[in-house]
Amino acid sequence: MRLFFHELRAGQRLFWRNREAAFFTFMLPVVFFLIFGSIYGSDRIGIYKGSAFLEAGMIGYGVAATAFAGLAITLVIRRESGVLKRIRSTPLPPATYVAAVLGSTLVVFALQTAVLVVLGRVLFSVPFPARWLSLVLTCLLGAAAFAALGLAITAAVHSAEGSSAVVNAIYLPMAILSGTFFSPHRYPPFLRAIAAALPLTYFTKLTRDVLLNGKQIWDEPGSVAVIAGWGLVGLIVALRTFRWEPSQS
Amino acid sequence: MAAAIEVTGLRKSYGAAEVLRGISFSIAEGEVFGLLGPNGAGKTTTVEILEGYRSRDAGSVSVLGLDPDRATSAWRERVGVVLQSSSLYPNLSVRESLALFAGYYSAPRPVDDVVEIIGLGEKRDARVRTLSGGQQRRLDLGLALVGDPELVFLDEPTTGFDPSARRAAWETIRGLRSLGKTILLTTHYLDEAAQLADRVAVLAGGEIVTVGAPAELTSVRPEAQIRYRRAGEEVLITTEEPARVLHDLYEAEGEPEGLEVRRATLEEIYLELTEGEE
Repeated sequence: MRLFFHELRAGQRLFWRNREAAFFTFMLPVVFFLIFGSIYGSDRIGIYKGSAFLEAGMIGYGVAATAFAGLAITLVIRRESGVLKRIRSTPLPPATYVAAVLGSTLVVFALQTAVLVVLGRVLFSVPFPARWLSLVLTCLLGAAAFAALGLAITAAVHSAEGSSAVVNAIYLPMAILSGTFFSPHRYPPFLRAIAAALPLTYFTKLTRDVLLNGKQIWDEPGSVAVIAGWGLVGLIVALRTFRWEPSQS
Repeated sequence: MAAAIEVTGLRKSYGAAEVLRGISFSIAEGEVFGLLGPNGAGKTTTVEILEGYRSRDAGSVSVLGLDPDRATSAWRERVGVVLQSSSLYPNLSVRESLALFAGYYSAPRPVDDVVEIIGLGEKRDARVRTLSGGQQRRLDLGLALVGDPELVFLDEPTTGFDPSARRAAWETIRGLRSLGKTILLTTHYLDEAAQLADRVAVLAGGEIVTVGAPAELTSVRPEAQIRYRRAGEEVLITTEEPARVLHDLYEAEGEPEGLEVRRATLEEIYLELTEGEE
């Protein structure tokens, strides 16, 4: 336990000191919220106020940017630079290390979500979530599932230089297609079909249901099942393929 | 003295290629042992098997009494590893890096002590990415030492160092030895092996070609080489009786020009032993 918090503190320090990574992972959803909120925050998207719709969407964008992309890129860089290999030569149990990395990711995502909710209230009069427990559970579920997917994808990226290009190329289109910026109801059928296959679509839908429609997380078992299912797939792949040694070893 | 490391009949193949063909050696406690060999000879494979990173195909390995395949956290407390290339977090300072790793061990050395041992006192608060390559390698060594291990693996510790940095590193390594630590050193620098190692093993083509103290190995070749210039051309005489040959030379030709008398160095013996294996 003591080791977990020791490593968690280091993880936070490492995250915030890397300014570029912190910007893309933490700030970008917030920046988009501010920009797009000012542009179409007062418009209506379906029955929802634009800024409210966007707040839920940006939480979805945030989980993909932080729990999936940020985590994957960080781990690939650490792996390729030999850091993970070195960690394995110390008495620190590998499971504790991974848990601390995941914990650090969760801290960033929680902070990000809190900032979005507060800014939404202060700047765009989006009410604080009535179903805050469901929101917390939704975020935990999303963070776990996308972190599992993030762990799984690290095996597919072979170089540190390529890592942000590859990972961004996956999560950015996904974020757009999944309806974090626009409602997927307005998409042409072909894009809607792709969106229906993406985990982020279901997370964003669940977040919107909880935040905007006053649903509790247990009212939406379908969305929960799809997100959890994707997470399970990610976990299985990660357990099988995760590497601690650099590719050119 | 107990053996810190005992290797018998170690074999390892990667696919069809047999990299280690049954090597055996042992390293005593408190010894500095050098492992030499050309690239591809199996040095890194051997060391990684001993460090617990790689499994073996056959043979027995005992490191501090345990099979590294079944490494426990308690075993890892007693073993320090410096990998071939630097593996540091760029955004932590020297002190923070050491403090982070110190936290993994139950009885670490005080961080400030380690900072002094590795000679980075002036840079203790500098971020890793501002350090030079040599300074980063010293921090690598510091991270391996902060747990106060009994056994330290050093994989090419001074590659890329300038001469004065190398001397400083050698001093540090000698210091470790006087603390009673056992050290397995792999290196391409034969002067380093000759200077630091109590015993040296030469690995070539997956086999140990020779083992012994550096002085023993060089004494295997008793011939000396005499070089000088006669009428602009270089003359080389190889002989087991250099003083007699020089005497006769002086009598016949007077003081030779550009005279040099030397014995085979570890490097020449090494090259001879390993030629054809690269």
